[in-house]
Amino acid sequence: MPMSLEATETKKNDNSSTGALDIYLPPERKKVTGGGQPHVVAKNFSIYYGEFEAVKKVNADILSKYVTAIIGPSGCGKSTFLRAINRMNDLIPNCHTTGALMFDGEDVYGKFTDEVLLRKKIGMVFQKPNPFPKSIFDNIAYGPRLHGVKDRKTLEGIVERSLRKAALWDEVSDRLDKNALGLSGGQQQRLCVARTLAVEPEILLLDEPTSALDPKATAKIEDLIQELRGSYTIMIVTHNMQQASRVSDYTMFFYEGVLVEHAPTAQLFTRPKDQMTEDYITGRFS
Amino acid sequence: MNLGTRKLLDHSFTALGFGSIIIMGLALLVVLFPIATKGVGAFVFKGTIEHRKLLLSEFHRGDPKEIVKEETETNRYRQKVFDMLAAFDQELDQMDYEQQSKYRSSYDQVKTSLRTLLGPLPGDSEPALTRFQYGQTRWDKAEEKLHGLLYEQKWDYSNPDVIAKPYDVSRAAGFAGTSLVKLFPYVEENLDKMMMPEWTFYWGFFTESSLDAHFFGGIWPEIQGTIFLAIGAMLFAFPLGVIAAIYFTEYARDGFLTSMLRSANSTLAGVPSIVFGLFGLAFFINTLHVSESKSVLAGSLTLAIMILPTIIRAAEEAILAVPKTYKEASLGLGSTKWNTIVTVILPAALPGILTGGVISLGRAAGETAPIIFTAAVSVGAAIGLGDVLTSPTPALSWNIYNLASEHEAAAEIRHVQYGMVLALVTVVLLLNLSAVILRARISKKLKG
Ligand SMILES: Nc1ncnc2c1ncn2[C@@H]1O[C@H](COP(=O)(O)OP(=O)(O)O)[C@@H](O)[C@H]1O
Ligand SMILES: [Mg+2]
Repeated sequence: MPMSLEATETKKNDNSSTGALDIYLPPERKKVTGGGQPHVVAKNFSIYYGEFEAVKKVNADILSKYVTAIIGPSGCGKSTFLRAINRMNDLIPNCHTTGALMFDGEDVYGKFTDEVLLRKKIGMVFQKPNPFPKSIFDNIAYGPRLHGVKDRKTLEGIVERSLRKAALWDEVSDRLDKNALGLSGGQQQRLCVARTLAVEPEILLLDEPTSALDPKATAKIEDLIQELRGSYTIMIVTHNMQQASRVSDYTMFFYEGVLVEHAPTAQLFTRPKDQMTEDYITGRFS
Repeated sequence: MNLGTRKLLDHSFTALGFGSIIIMGLALLVVLFPIATKGVGAFVFKGTIEHRKLLLSEFHRGDPKEIVKEETETNRYRQKVFDMLAAFDQELDQMDYEQQSKYRSSYDQVKTSLRTLLGPLPGDSEPALTRFQYGQTRWDKAEEKLHGLLYEQKWDYSNPDVIAKPYDVSRAAGFAGTSLVKLFPYVEENLDKMMMPEWTFYWGFFTESSLDAHFFGGIWPEIQGTIFLAIGAMLFAFPLGVIAAIYFTEYARDGFLTSMLRSANSTLAGVPSIVFGLFGLAFFINTLHVSESKSVLAGSLTLAIMILPTIIRAAEEAILAVPKTYKEASLGLGSTKWNTIVTVILPAALPGILTGGVISLGRAAGETAPIIFTAAVSVGAAIGLGDVLTSPTPALSWNIYNLASEHEAAAEIRHVQYGMVLALVTVVLLLNLSAVILRARISKKLKG
């Protein structure tokens, strides 16, 4: 169970000049109002590929409206854990789970859970931008249409709002009918964010959303995450620890499927409790 | 293996590859060139006055006044021939029996030759068959027939060890000393004035029905039948194949039944087409009674079964080639599986699916064996769209075979056969071309 954010913010000050890990000190952020409740709760939650236990008995509370980063060496189960939250792993034939994963107090893997409804509430943005080979407009309108919005005016409203939220509106407002594949990689990724926002999710899952992008486009996505923070619960998988420290309030460190440490970002990066965490963030292994 | 041998091998493989491509190109040229040139001859040729007369009276085309004028003009030259015949008839009357019989059979042959060249002679009764009501409609044929008038073909049996050789004997020599001798050089010299050959573009070849078992007229019923059959087959096979492919790729679980179905599909792809033809007869017509006997419906169904495996395979591959990320994105937005398939996967797979469709369409249009027993008739009128459920139809593939092998006067109408081959190749090309254009458009839309 991570510490409350208030606790970190006060501690941050007396930590502000302690050597090598200073680069990970998070920037000042706006206050989040009305968040902080457990949104996703994992209890002894394991994920298996066949016999192989890729995520091992994780216990964690993900707090609403804050940004949680997931870090850890490649193959440690970051994606597996993230994709379990909106049941994207259902697509993999031999993947199954034990333990419990709760979303808003309901069992994600419960017998009567409608995974379609679940995915509407828990949106996902993938590593490589994956717009549909359709127009920009149709990409954004895809979700709303799916959920029954037919009126053109309403759709136009949703498209504009979503694109504005994703900070893409100014760049594409004059070519909404053009194919989305004509956009740059960074624009495509923001389009994917906008597409996800258009179905009004509560949670946004981002799996290494910037690893296919250049630094400028990466900065834009990070800015965007800051914009969305406070409105959505955001979970971001990243292998870039500076990115994690820049954008997140909490960080989970996974190692070989085990959640080693889960703490407020400032604390995890500056005063890690676990030796493994410290070794990893100081670059002794990766 | 050392570097030298490896390089040598590499080079020889490259050369081999190039060589085979060039050979393929040449083979294509060798096949397509005669098809094109001889096929064009079916509708671009020097047409004679007989052709124009035929068009006027049988198809009501052409300018009657002009044709009457031409007819009078040609008749002026023909009259001399008729006069010579009349003169010789009189001469014959005055000969004794022995002399008469010396000329009789040869004279009959001359008259027959003249009839095939110019049509019925004066005093003949109106022939029942259209093919005998007119002379040669094509100048190239007329020149061939002229040879038959001028020379009698005899066979040289002198060497019993080899097959006999034909040789020409001048007919004029046979009539030496009679008035008929003058007829041969006269016809040879004035045939063009008697026939008035003119370059003709006979577009009716593609739009008209055949007259007197393809002696005259066009091949529209065959073209239409081919299109009906091919499109009919696609109507059944395409949706079915795509649905089956969706099932295989998205729904089927790996298991005994699935692997059985898959191997059944592969096996079906290798079955000889004649087997499909017999199956179609036995199953669709004799068992299911989809129609009383041959019909476009039964033929389409049979062709559909034949092309189904190709369509399923191509569609399966196209669906599997759709990036998994599209599917994830759609599902991630809260889409159902079916919705994802319809709105994302199928549109993205469409170009590939259409490729399979194109290949199958060409095959359905070109196959002969499956329709022999289920849909094709040799000569028939074009059927209406309303008759496809019950009526058989002529079709290019089957009629090409029929004209080549079974037609009573195959040698007389080779040009029709070539024309049909060209038409078939063109129909397949056009069907393919439109599908390819459609495909390219969709691809372009997808790529942005
Ligand atoms: N579809 C799969 N089938 C079997 N094993 C998998 C599959 N996907 C991932 N794994 C394994 O699960 C572990 C965690 O993978 P993943 O969650 O993708 O790691 P990360 O995202 O942290 O790099 C790895 O050991 C990987 O090999
Ligand atoms: Mg990953």
